[in-house]
Amino acid sequence: MSVVALSTYDFPAKDVRENFPAPLLYIGWEDHLMFCAPFCLPLPPDMPFGALPTAVLAGVYGEHPDFARIDWSTVEWFKSGQPWQPDPAKSLADNGLTHKDAIRFRTPGLTGIGASFN
Amino acid sequence: MDTRVTKKKLGLKDRYAAMTRGLGWQTTYQPMDKVFPYDKYEGIKIHDWDKWEDPFRLTMDAYWKYQGEKEKKLYAVIEAFAQNNGQLGVSDARYINALKLFIQGVTPLEYYAHRGFAHVGRQFTGEGARVAAQMQSIDELRHYQTETHAISHYNKYFNGMHHSNHWFDRVWYLSVPKSFFEDACTGGPFEFLTAVSFSFEYVLTNLLFVPFMSGAAHNGDMSTVTFGFSAQSDESRHMTLGIECIKFLLEQDPDNVPIVQGWIDKWLWRGYRLLTLVAMMQDYMLPKRVMSWKEAWEMYAEENGGALFKDLARYGIREPKGWKDACEGKDHISHQAWNTFYNYNAAAPFHTWVPNEDEMDWLSEKYPDTFDKHYRPRLEHYRAQQQAGKRFYNKTLPMLCNTCQIPMLFTEPGDASKICYRESDWRGNKHHFCSDHCKDIFDHEPEKYVQSWLPVHQIYQGHCFKPGTDPTVEGFDPLIAVLQWYEMEIGRDNFDFEGSQDQKNFATWRGQPMEGAAK
Repeated sequence: MSVVALSTYDFPAKDVRENFPAPLLYIGWEDHLMFCAPFCLPLPPDMPFGALPTAVLAGVYGEHPDFARIDWSTVEWFKSGQPWQPDPAKSLADNGLTHKDAIRFRTPGLTGIGASFN
Repeated sequence: MDTRVTKKKLGLKDRYAAMTRGLGWQTTYQPMDKVFPYDKYEGIKIHDWDKWEDPFRLTMDAYWKYQGEKEKKLYAVIEAFAQNNGQLGVSDARYINALKLFIQGVTPLEYYAHRGFAHVGRQFTGEGARVAAQMQSIDELRHYQTETHAISHYNKYFNGMHHSNHWFDRVWYLSVPKSFFEDACTGGPFEFLTAVSFSFEYVLTNLLFVPFMSGAAHNGDMSTVTFGFSAQSDESRHMTLGIECIKFLLEQDPDNVPIVQGWIDKWLWRGYRLLTLVAMMQDYMLPKRVMSWKEAWEMYAEENGGALFKDLARYGIREPKGWKDACEGKDHISHQAWNTFYNYNAAAPFHTWVPNEDEMDWLSEKYPDTFDKHYRPRLEHYRAQQQAGKRFYNKTLPMLCNTCQIPMLFTEPGDASKICYRESDWRGNKHHFCSDHCKDIFDHEPEKYVQSWLPVHQIYQGHCFKPGTDPTVEGFDPLIAVLQWYEMEIGRDNFDFEGSQDQKNFATWRGQPMEGAAK
């Protein structure tokens, strides 16, 4: 389907990779809705995936009382909603992450304030 | 003796015909289609424009007289309100934040509606529709003006209202109402009518105006009530026009039905998403509550809207696609939206707060299935954090829905513990959505929505700093730079209500009004 218009309707997309200093990555923490929505972060593609928890997520989610209790070895990852196993030693790019990918992580046993998913 | 013969005045019906249908013309030296290119390309077939009936048969001379009288009354009330320091009579300074939301997010829509109707009023070949659209265009411009005039009184005393036009084009959450109207105005003229006259004015406007205006009445704000009444009498005309135009389209040709159905599906959902802001206002921002969002939704959407769609079934129109999900959302969206503004209150030019204990009990009573289970725990956590001097502010930018532009705050239908994620690939690029319906809208016209001006992405592209800002200097704070570009007064327009200048001033004005004079 496409736009019905008086004449040719073809304009550049605003959010292509070239327009950003680094590719965007969307990250959500399952079962923790105190953070109202997943985050959008421009991240260097050569950053090792294993650096995410300390270099990025600690600053983003650190205020949550559950954050310090996360056992990262048991964390379950999802990409586009499907279970996914990233390699922490490889870079974001080598884990197959490209511009505007959406990933989520689930921390078994940790389900927010008073187990309320917040 | 000659008897003077007075010409008989035209009756209402004849006068209406003379002053509307008599205003059309057939072009002679240019083809009609070249002069009126817009009213065919969407595929809508009109066989007889004379079947268009303006239900109010309002003519321009009657319009001026009627509106002039209304304006006189309105400005008399506004004047009296100002002279009597009416701003001191409102229930609580927290209430003023509802007005901030109104002047920031609703009033500019009146202006967009004016532009949209002026445009379609030029484009229809049918004179009845053209005159109706032009009249509504003037209404909308008047609403923009009277709302601005009425609220300007509050602007003298409270923060968060001084720069609403500038904010409308820049501040992140205002991209939600802005994109709604830009989407409508850049559709064809019949799509615009379906979007604004029908879906918004007819089906959803009660949900917008009634809560705001009864909220104002309950909270002692007679100035707003008066502009609300003044606008509402026009709104009822717009609503009648909305239903008239949809019936006209459906009756003209059966080929119009599927096109109109697609628009109804799209615009009911877009309008519903836009009203998330109103849901939050109603449940959280009114110190004296009127009715919950859920109750308002049941009355105005489920009962009235439900009956309407049953009525339209004889034309082959079914309930809008997102209807069931919208109805389920009545238990959730106000709480989810308030949480978002609580999270991002550093970047929003109005105040938020944690509801007090009585207010939370009211919410528990109104939302017995969801509030205590899903939403109370985090509010209590916020309160404890704030009392410990650690008020929670979310400092990382959120992921937005590519269609409605709202942060991805909505949960899965049937599971309020899971954020709803949807995505589409188009020409090698990924796009994300908050719901099946926002995804459907994108998938139907991807060329349009890949142009969305998503505030978060624009910030990351470096487009939201003042000219001359150097993001490479040491200690550069992007959030502060964005707020400077917004031209928000940092520390006055934003942050928690507790400790705000609004709170302190209001307490001083009301609590110790003589202190200054005595000294």
